[in-house]
Amino acid sequence: MIAEALVAQNIAFGIIAAVMIVGAIRVVTSSNVVHAALWLVCVLAGASAQYLLVYAEFVAITQVLVYVGAVMVLFLFGVMLTRARIGRENDLNNKNWALGIPIALTLFAAMAIALVGGFKDEHLPSPSAALRIDTQSVSDTIFKPYLLPFWALSFVLLVAVVGAIVLARKD
Amino acid sequence: MLINEFLLLGAVLFCIGVYGVIARKNAVMVLMSIELILNAVNLNLLAFALRNASPDGHVFALYVIAVAAAEVGVGLGLVLLIYRNKRSIALDELSEMKG
Repeated sequence: MIAEALVAQNIAFGIIAAVMIVGAIRVVTSSNVVHAALWLVCVLAGASAQYLLVYAEFVAITQVLVYVGAVMVLFLFGVMLTRARIGRENDLNNKNWALGIPIALTLFAAMAIALVGGFKDEHLPSPSAALRIDTQSVSDTIFKPYLLPFWALSFVLLVAVVGAIVLARKD
Repeated sequence: MLINEFLLLGAVLFCIGVYGVIARKNAVMVLMSIELILNAVNLNLLAFALRNASPDGHVFALYVIAVAAAEVGVGLGLVLLIYRNKRSIALDELSEMKG
């Protein structure tokens, strides 16, 4: 039973990871801004599914609400308000964009060496042994040891709201 | 499941995001790449939360989501302002502060 659950988890992880990587590559290579935004939805929804695989239900729901719901709408509004036409555009990349490929590959090689060397074949706790972190313990942690950052964060959001209005207002 | 599966997926997304930040000229596309990077970080935080059986990772992931929402709001406000002043959001045309 547990072994079957593990196999199912691994298959789900593989499929979702493949979708996320393809989506992410399309986000940074697509020549249509709206298509890039829709591929980004794909990646964000995949990330939310991955959070479910590591038993983070509350974060997964928040991801769907905030990212797929709110941030994507903001992006699409940004595209609409800054662009006369919606469609293909050949001028989205810098002139030395190719420099990004070796930089990204080098960065990935460094991280992969560190991760594979550091965590070799360490397993995550199996579904039966894993100590589930429920929403109650998450909220207990937010409102006890991390209360001060929570306050700071609410001020950050307030300042961001006021700042966005001040910046975008016509006068 | 191996913990490295999640960490390597996070690394791949992070590197794709870094490539996007470097390669893209359109300011909105750069903001999208930054979202990719933030999601890669969240994936790592949650994998480690499961490994260490600690809710701290969940809390930090939630804070990262909140900060990302604020960042997108202000970022798009800035992009709108730039577009209004210059009729373009190509980042390589913003060279007024060059010495």
